[in-house]
Amino acid sequence: MAVGLEHFLILSAVLFSIGLYGVLAKRNAVIILMSIEIMLAAVSISMAAFSRYSHVITGQVFVIFIMVVAAAEVAVGLALIITIYRRKKTVDAEKFDLMKW
Amino acid sequence: MMGLDIAFWVLAVVSVSTALAVVLMRDVFRAALFLVLCFFSVAGIYVTLSADFLAGAQVLIYVGAIAVLIIFVIMLTRESRQGSPSGRLRLPAILIGLFFLITMLFVVLNTDWHVVAEPPAESATTAIAQALFSEDGFVLAFEIAAALLLAAVIGAIALVRDK
Repeated sequence: MAVGLEHFLILSAVLFSIGLYGVLAKRNAVIILMSIEIMLAAVSISMAAFSRYSHVITGQVFVIFIMVVAAAEVAVGLALIITIYRRKKTVDAEKFDLMKW
Repeated sequence: MMGLDIAFWVLAVVSVSTALAVVLMRDVFRAALFLVLCFFSVAGIYVTLSADFLAGAQVLIYVGAIAVLIIFVIMLTRESRQGSPSGRLRLPAILIGLFFLITMLFVVLNTDWHVVAEPPAESATTAIAQALFSEDGFVLAFEIAAALLLAAVIGAIALVRDK
């Protein structure tokens, strides 16, 4: 069976579900950020697949913008994690209750 | 086409297993190394999609920059010894993930996609450049992305700066 659009979309869905599980279940904030990166990569795969199988280049342009936003998000997210680690000496997301009333 | 199919299956298996290793591995540092491998295999998947520029950008940005940044932060926050245990939401997270996966499988397999089977004739890099910088292209979004990156850099510096 030749590889087609559906294969790439299913691969993307599987990767996204794994990332979703990581975001919801893990307690280490760095692992949560890594899972978000997996989810972004999964969405990028489906964008590139749609672009390839419809010959519209806009999908690949969107992947470039996703990469830009992912880089910005990782920079700010890791800076936040370092700041909270300095203050609370932990990166456990269940102990991040600074903004909880 | 046969070679591309084999490449896709190998890369799909590698990317899914490394992504699973990232969320299941107890050692945070090893999880980060598996994330690097996952990014590499996603770059390979871009190659099988004849998106050569994206593959290069993926290796440069994710493997070169983001992975190094993540490993750097893991070294700074010494919690690798404690590992990355799952929280109380483990079972609901598995259920939500499976629910999302089944929904997506159902949608993908039941939709009548209009696909063009043959690969695009022109180079993807030229087409991306034309789409980004032509008059009716994404010039405004490109400039806003530059401003966003600048804001993120300044924000990250302001956050970690010693008061």
